[in-house]
Formats: sequence, C-alpha cells, structure tokens
Amino acid sequence: MGKKNQSFGAKFLGIVKGNPIVFLLIIAAVVVGCLKDNFFSWGNFSNLVSNTAVRFLIALGVSGCLITKGTDLSAGRQVGFAAVVAGIMCQRGDYNGRLWKFLPEMNIGIVFLVVLVAGFIWGLINGVVVTKLHVPPFIATLGTQTIIYGISLVISDAQPIGGFQKIYTTLINGKIGDPRGFHLPYLLFVAALFGLLFWFIYNKTRHGKYMYAIGGNEVAAEVSGVNTTFTLVRIYITAGVMYAIAGYLLAAKSGGASASMGQGYELEAIAGCTIGGVSTTGGIGTVPGVLVGVLVFELLKIILQFLGVNPYYNYVVQGLVIVLAVSLDIRKYIAKK
Amino acid sequence: MSEYVLEMSGVSKAFPGVKALDNVQLKLRPGKVHALMGENGAGKSTLMKCMFGIYKMDEGEIRMDGQPVTISDPMDALKKGIAMVHQELQPIPARTVGENIFLGRYPMKKALGFIPIVDHKKMYDDTAVLLKKVRMSFDPHQKVGELSVSQMQSVEIAKAVSANCRVLILDEPTSSLTANEVEALFRIIEDLKRENVAIVYISHKMDEILRIADEVTIMRDGKYIGTWEANELTTDKIITQMVGRELHNLYPPRYNVPGDVVFEVKDFTSINPRSFRHVSFQLRKGEILGVGGLVGAQRTELMEGLFGIRSHTTGEILYNGKPLSIARPKDAIDQGVAMLTEDRRGSGIMAVLSVADNISIASLNRYLDHGFVINGKKVEQLVQDNVAKMNIKAPSSKTLIKSLSGGNQQKVLVGRWLANNPDVLILDEPTRGIDVGAKYEIYCIIADLAKEGKSIIMISSEMSELIGMSDRIMVMCDGRVTGFVNGSEATQENIMALATQFE
Repeated sequence: MGKKNQSFGAKFLGIVKGNPIVFLLIIAAVVVGCLKDNFFSWGNFSNLVSNTAVRFLIALGVSGCLITKGTDLSAGRQVGFAAVVAGIMCQRGDYNGRLWKFLPEMNIGIVFLVVLVAGFIWGLINGVVVTKLHVPPFIATLGTQTIIYGISLVISDAQPIGGFQKIYTTLINGKIGDPRGFHLPYLLFVAALFGLLFWFIYNKTRHGKYMYAIGGNEVAAEVSGVNTTFTLVRIYITAGVMYAIAGYLLAAKSGGASASMGQGYELEAIAGCTIGGVSTTGGIGTVPGVLVGVLVFELLKIILQFLGVNPYYNYVVQGLVIVLAVSLDIRKYIAKK
Repeated sequence: MSEYVLEMSGVSKAFPGVKALDNVQLKLRPGKVHALMGENGAGKSTLMKCMFGIYKMDEGEIRMDGQPVTISDPMDALKKGIAMVHQELQPIPARTVGENIFLGRYPMKKALGFIPIVDHKKMYDDTAVLLKKVRMSFDPHQKVGELSVSQMQSVEIAKAVSANCRVLILDEPTSSLTANEVEALFRIIEDLKRENVAIVYISHKMDEILRIADEVTIMRDGKYIGTWEANELTTDKIITQMVGRELHNLYPPRYNVPGDVVFEVKDFTSINPRSFRHVSFQLRKGEILGVGGLVGAQRTELMEGLFGIRSHTTGEILYNGKPLSIARPKDAIDQGVAMLTEDRRGSGIMAVLSVADNISIASLNRYLDHGFVINGKKVEQLVQDNVAKMNIKAPSSKTLIKSLSGGNQQKVLVGRWLANNPDVLILDEPTRGIDVGAKYEIYCIIADLAKEGKSIIMISSEMSELIGMSDRIMVMCDGRVTGFVNGSEATQENIMALATQFE
C-alpha cells in the first residue's frame, strides 16, 4: 500500500531505521577500511567469510531451540567434542603423537559420519532430558555442557591434538579462485548450502511449521495434534548434528583441536540469533535474520582487531553490542503500544 | 466541583493500520455503576487501558474532579485512585493473599531503627480487614494459587479497595463465576457504591447490565455511540445500538436430524479423584449435545480427558461401535475428533503466528507435496475458503492472529478444526468473550455443521445458549453426570436443579 509512491530515499531510510546496528557496523567497516590499508583485501574477506560460516552453522543449530522457547548451552562444548573426536580420528597414521594408536589411519569421510552420529546422540540426550524428564532447557543443557566437556577432556587427555592428515586440512581450507586474489572458501558454500536447507525446513516443511507453532504456544500446538515431544527432540538432534559439523570443520580450519575448542560459542550463537531478530519469547526467527546476526558479530570482531583494540576490550564491546542490538530490536515491538 | 469524578473526552488512539478509538467520551459519577458496552473490537479495552495509563492517548483529555490530569502509567493511575480488575487475572500464585494485595506497596517498618523491612504483621492485619470488607473469610496467609477463580477475583477487588480507589474498572468480572459467586460480587459492588466509588463495568451479559448498571455507554467500531440511563434501556435496544442493526433472532433455526449413535462414552473416570467420574453418554450423528453445569462441574476436564489432554483411569470410548484409544490429542484428531478448547489464548491461538499458520496447523498433512513440502497455494486456499465461509475479517492470510478481534480469532480456530473434516466436534465455551454479532455467526456455523451430519458436543455456561442451541443437554455437577434434558423441554429451572444436585 502506497509503497510505490515512496521515493527510494524514504525506503532506504526505512530499512536503516529497521536495522540500525547493521548499518552502524557497515559504516564502521567503511571507516576502518579507509583508515587501514589491508582491511578491504580478499584475504580479509575470505577470513571473515570462513569465520562467519562456522559460526552460522552453530547459530542455525541453536536457532531451532530458541524459536521453541528453549536454549542450548551445550552448543560450544558439543563443537569442542566434535573437534576433538574428529581431530583424534583424522591424525596421520605415521604421526608420533597419535592418541588412538589402535586405529588405522581413518578415511576422513568415515570420521565425518562418526562425528555426525555423536552429534545426533548428544542432541537426542538433550531432547529427551528436556521433553521426557521435563528439565527446563537452560538447566538440561547446562548439565550436558559440563558432561560433554568432561568427556572431551578424558578422550583428549586434556592435550592439544595435531598431526592431521593433509587431505583433511586442505580440503576444508580449500578455496575456489586465486588464493592471493579473489577467492571463495569452500566453507562459504557449506554455509550457503545449510542456510538454504534450513530456510527450506523452516518455511516449507511440516517440521518447520510445528517448530514455530510450539514456540508460539506449546499447549495449543499439542492440542492441535502436533507431536511436541517428537518435534522438540528432532530440533535438539538437528542442533547436535549442526554442532558436530561445525566442530569437524573447525578442527581442520584451525589445524588442531583441544577440549577447550568452541568454549563460549553457544553464547555467541545465541547472541547472533538474538541480534538477528530471533525472539526469546518464542515463535519468531528467520534464517536470513540469523545470518545477519552472526555476520554482524564477526564483522565487529574483525573491525576491533584491525583497530588494534586490546583483545580484552573486545569482550566489553561485544557485550555492549548484544545489549544495544536487542534493546533496539525490542523497541520495534514496544513502540506499537 | 464537577458532578463527575472522572471524565474522558475527545479520546482518540490509533494503532498501525487501525483507528482503535475515535473521539470517544466517558463520564463517571461517584457511587454509580457505569456499564461500558460494545462488541469485541469496539474499543472498550483500549479506552480502559488509556484511562489506566497502559496506553497513551493520541488525542483527548482526562479530567478528575474537573481538573485535567495526565496518567502516565498504571502506578500513577493507582495513586490517583483508579484501579482495574483485569478480565484475565494475573496473580502471583506462589505468594500469599496478603503479598498479592500489597504487591509493590508493602507496608514498611524500620528494624533496629534504620533497616527498612516489610511489616508483615501490619500487612496481614490489613489484609484481614480488607477481606472482611469484600465479604471473604479465607486466611490472608493462604497462597493465591490455592484459591478458586472467584476467590482470586475477590483478592483483586480487595487490592483495588485497599488502594482507596475512587474509580474501579471491572473488565468482564463474571465471565468465570458461578451464579452464587456473581451474587457475592454484586453485594461487593453495592458496598462500594455506598462508599461513592465510581465503577466501570464491562460485560457482554445483558441481564447483569440491566440489573446493576445505573448508566450505560455504548461503543461501536471505536466510536462513541451514546450514554443512557440504564432504566431507559432494554436488551434489544442495547443490542441494536451495539451492532448498529436490528437483531431479530438470537439463535438460528436448526434443521439437523440426529441419527444413529456414533460416539459413546462408558464409565469414564479421571485419575484425579476430585474430577470427573463414572461418566457415560451417547452422541448421535448430526446431534448437538449441550453440556451444562456450574463452574467446577468438571465439564472441561471431562472433554479434555476424552480428547487426550488429561488422563483417565477407567472408561471406554466407542466410535461407530469400535473402541477408541486416545493417549494424546493427536490420537483423537487422527480418528476424526476435534476439540475447540475453552482458553483461546492459553491453548488456542499461537499469537505471534499468522492466520494461515494458525488455521493450517492441525491439518498440515493435507497440504504436503511429495510427502513433506508444504504447498503454500493449498494453505492459502484453505484460508480463503474459511474467510469466505465464516466471514472472517482479516486483512490478509499473513496477518498475525493476535491483531484480530476475539470473534475472528475464534472463527480461525473453528476453521483450524474443520480443515480436518472431523466427525465429532467438541466445542468448549465456543462463544466466550466474543460479541453478539460474531456469536450469532458462530451459532450459524454450529447449526450448519450439525445439518451436515457432524456430531457436536458444546459446553456452555450461558443458559440461554444451551437451551437455544442443543438437541439434548447433559448436565454435570461435581464431576458426575446428573441428568439429561431434551432441548425442547429444557428450562433454566430444570437445568439448574440438575446442576446443583450435590451429593
């Protein structure tokens, strides 16, 4: 209605007003880009894309939990667990520091499947604890978070894990194009694939509709014949599988793994989702929103890094951005009163 | 001095896309009950929220004792002597009666002369006095969660009284009260009138209005229609003003013919010993079976038990002669039973989702391509069919359901169930909280469904609705079925006699 008459300028202003944080960061990026020579470089771009890609996968996983009014605090530790397992199993056969010497050199495809199964199981455990034991998701996943970290420490012997097969690291760090000039990391395509898949699930499938319905009103969903237990379990399993994929990729990306890998990622993922408009009161959230939220967060980190801000202050700034972004987002709803 | 304790004039309030209030006025005299009437969506609640400081008016003025005032928030309203008892009570169930009443303004004292602490003794003593004032005799130390709905309401009224309010807003106070409790409420209102409190009384129940109101203001579509002395008005006159047209029939003619028994319940008993027990009844094809009883008769619990929301110990459900096993709602739905629940907001709508999502959620299996992809066109078709069939007023299928009026929300929910083409439809208070015009439309839908051969169970606390719509009425009291009355022979008296047959 009347949108056709709106000038481009007015429309643009509307978009800016709707997403102030995003535009502030874009402006900040442009400013930093002008001040620092190599900010606008393909290398930096590729770095941003790869970092965002992994975080995006984790955020996609946790988004389902958030949309159904839950949460998943075990996300980061699950990523660490997957990284440790993938790291150990992908060690070279002739590497001296191999942890599991009884294993032959593994095919990295098979390792991927093993990690997926592990993620599936963690998700299943979370889902069952939440739905069948009726433990609130916050507490349930706080518990599994600690359990998983412990297990990661046990199996990794609290040691850093290295000596990966070359194919594992080169494949996952692979890129299309000129490595010194314009190139796109494979991780971008992985993230894009999952982004599309999740968009499809959230918008076009019965599971997606059930998820939003549970978030909107769980009792009403149950009364309407939605199998809420099964749907929620599926959501936590999907989340577990996504963390597993992220962990598998992250170990190869970093060229090493340890039990502490992924620490705090659950909070970054939750923050990203929230910045991207996923409502913690349930029923609201979109895949593009999650992408924007994660991207904003990663962009912010790179900007701070280029500005040479003391890394300890990064946490302060990131925290401020979370609070600011969500308070601005919530204003949209409050203003309607 | 003004003759009015509070005047609102020229009040306008717009929400994105709707003008909720358009130059509305309301003038309250001390010691009078002023009924505020209008269909749902007429703007009554919005007006009250403006008075109570929850919403800010776009235009308009509030005067108290002739002096212009601004009310910035509910705390400010309370300070100025305006109190509101909301339709949906919002107590803190885990805290005591006293704490609920004095929430936010606990009486304080100084421990050791300087540490401010809550003066519990004064709080509970004051609470006891207040409870006496509203003719209630329970313990101020009792947890509010343990009280009945009407007792909770009394607590809310006591809270309002304790603020020494001069204006008391009661929003649909009787919607979940039994006849005796309504009488008790009316006595409290009489007491307050004697203390010169001006009362705004919002209700859809004509008999109540005509009984206790002194003045009546009617609103329609956000506009002020007029104010009358209650004794000038009749039910017909009020309805005509509210809907802006003459309403001849309260209930549509019915042409359904009950056939064979399709649904039979035998000896159905809850796992909760205080709930329904040994219930048996039969339901015929194309029959409308009304279910009457007082609040607390366990009618809702029984139906929720049949639908798999609650558990039962013994009992059998036969459907076309075959036993049905129902452990959760999905089982009932899969076998052709549908249930419109009583609490529209609590277990009906998904507020933040669209009309399309809300209407299709129970029948998504019908719109799948290749077994898993939802066909948006089919869902849109479902929405459009229902919009046309039931006259649902919604700007688009993408509109969030929370922005529709109660009546339209209810129609969307009816549409949700009809999409599954059920044979047995349980309707729990299908017209609660919706306005006269939408009520009639819902009645027509029910009558049509019965004519199509669907079997309907309708719980209702409105006597006239039960009598006007049912082929047969099953009456319950305290968890037991106390009798059946044929629709043609039903009177308020014989239903009430069965409904009060306590053991």
